[in-house]
Amino acid sequence: MRKIIELKNVSKAFDGQTVLDNVSLDIYDNEFLTLLGPSGCGKTTTLRIIAGFEQPDEGELFFLGEDIAALPPHKRNVNTVFQRYALFPHLNVFENIAFPLREKKVPQDEIREKVTEMLRLVALTGFEKRSVTSLSGGQQQRVAIARALISHPKVLLLDEPLAALDLKLRKDMQQELKGIQKATGITFVFVTHDQEEALSMSDTVVVMSEGRIQQIGTPIDIYNEPKNAFVADFIGESNIVNGVMLADRKVRFSGQVFDCVDEGFGKNEPVDVVVRPEDVLIVPKGQLRGIVTSVTFLGVYYEIIVDIGGFKWMIQTTQFVDVDEEIGLYIEPEAIHIMKKSEYSGMFGDYSSFSNEFDELSDAESEADE
Amino acid sequence: MKEKSNGLRVARRAALGPYGLWALLFIVVPLIFVAYYAFTDNDFRFTTANIVRFFTATSEVDGVITHTYLLIFWRSLKLALISTLICLLMGYPIAYILSRASARTQKILITLIMIPMWMNFLIRTYAWMTILQDTGILNSFLRMLSLRPVHIIGTEGAVVIGMVYDYFPYMILPIYSVMAKMDLKLEEAARDLGCNSFGVLRRVIFPLSLPGVISGITMVLIPSISTFYISQKLGNGKFYLIGDAIEGQYVANNLHFAAAIAFILMVILLIGMALMQRYANSKAAA
Repeated sequence: MRKIIELKNVSKAFDGQTVLDNVSLDIYDNEFLTLLGPSGCGKTTTLRIIAGFEQPDEGELFFLGEDIAALPPHKRNVNTVFQRYALFPHLNVFENIAFPLREKKVPQDEIREKVTEMLRLVALTGFEKRSVTSLSGGQQQRVAIARALISHPKVLLLDEPLAALDLKLRKDMQQELKGIQKATGITFVFVTHDQEEALSMSDTVVVMSEGRIQQIGTPIDIYNEPKNAFVADFIGESNIVNGVMLADRKVRFSGQVFDCVDEGFGKNEPVDVVVRPEDVLIVPKGQLRGIVTSVTFLGVYYEIIVDIGGFKWMIQTTQFVDVDEEIGLYIEPEAIHIMKKSEYSGMFGDYSSFSNEFDELSDAESEADE
Repeated sequence: MKEKSNGLRVARRAALGPYGLWALLFIVVPLIFVAYYAFTDNDFRFTTANIVRFFTATSEVDGVITHTYLLIFWRSLKLALISTLICLLMGYPIAYILSRASARTQKILITLIMIPMWMNFLIRTYAWMTILQDTGILNSFLRMLSLRPVHIIGTEGAVVIGMVYDYFPYMILPIYSVMAKMDLKLEEAARDLGCNSFGVLRRVIFPLSLPGVISGITMVLIPSISTFYISQKLGNGKFYLIGDAIEGQYVANNLHFAAAIAFILMVILLIGMALMQRYANSKAAA
């Protein structure tokens, strides 16, 4: 695969506040790459550096092997879909989409042909004469995509493009964006704080936190093999407990010794142990025993919180259990994932203060921030 | 809920009451009076003589017989257009820079722009007299630098300087307020889609700032076309403007003809404004 964009040791600070800290990233031809992280993690700044709206303080930026750090945005072969679309309110749908072609003085016939083709691609045929301010959020979104794609950029940058849409529309647009990416073969760099969106759409996910890249991998890798407690917690739900690696494929946590599949750690090395809530099975006896402290019905499954020796675990099960019931738990060796200790150890993965309500509140906050 | 919103509507109407009364007494009634005086003679009988006089009165200027008031009107229009153009050319970039400055800088600069407006406009005009006189501040300064003094007072240039100075804030403020509301992402989008700085200005910023430009032009052109004092003081009375003509007729107790000139000026300005608005709308629709 051909490397299209390469960031090399890029750092950036605003008013002395470090936003990007030594970020290196390769983006390949034809891939759907997602920058994922909470607000303030540096994902939008990374995107803006690629677009040319920000200059890196340090480091280099290559486009097909050529250093473009000093190139202004209008000379770069990348286009952006902005978070709130940034459509030109004084132009109609046709003229918004034709905007980049008019700048290049493309003949009128060709413009008409290309705009028509783009409108077909984003399913807005017949909307040419409409004012962009009269369109719904989803329709504005499509115009923004058509406008960014009409010059056939090598790379399309998308800055939280679905954040302003409601859930149902968001799901549809996810599919549609993925389809457009496949159909055009253009590299998409997509910024989001929604981990589900990242997992379902991307070929490559780049998890960022505090201006640094935490992990780069396929969605399956990121979910199954998180590198540290931050990634494990940010991607889906995780129980993260302190453990000690006794030997290859033997780990001790919560006072018990478990078989696992991880190797290559030092003898008696302290580690973080990740177990996904859906991987904990409720059994009559079990390796661990705990008291159920809360049960939430979520449709397909129950989400229960279990107190095991003072540490609260989250478990997702289709089996009904009652609050205060003592249950036995079993974890398969494949479901136990071992991570090296990191600066994030001990910060995540305990559900003692967990509530769905809190989770939603903090989500809404991070959306409002950006 | 319904009752509350009804109550609100009533309250809003009531709040508009004093303004309505004010507008009636001080805008509508005087306008009716102007029209009434314009179309009547000294005995308040209907006549179009005043209107006709404006278009036909002649006098000898530099040995040439000219239409007195048409000449005055043309001169007023010319000086007002020059002043407006200068205000626009200087004010537009300032408004743009202002709207993109930090909030603190914006506040300070706006205050600086407004401060002269707090002073009486006669005093400001006198100040310009002392600056521009042949023995004034400007020429003293030039002499100090051993440069040749310039003769400005009593020229059309001096009148234009006075008008630009007086009406400049009225150009900056409406353009600034439109630009300050503009979404900065639009500029980035234009850049992203291939525009250099000039392209961003031409294709995005300028079309979107057009409503501010139109109201700025209106707010400068109209007072400067009907100004009278500036021309007397800075033009040494040599450039009789339409405002001076109205004032002169009024002072000479010729109220009906003064009203006729004012009425004609108003009609011309209204037509001009309507045309400009139409242009702006067609631009906005395109």
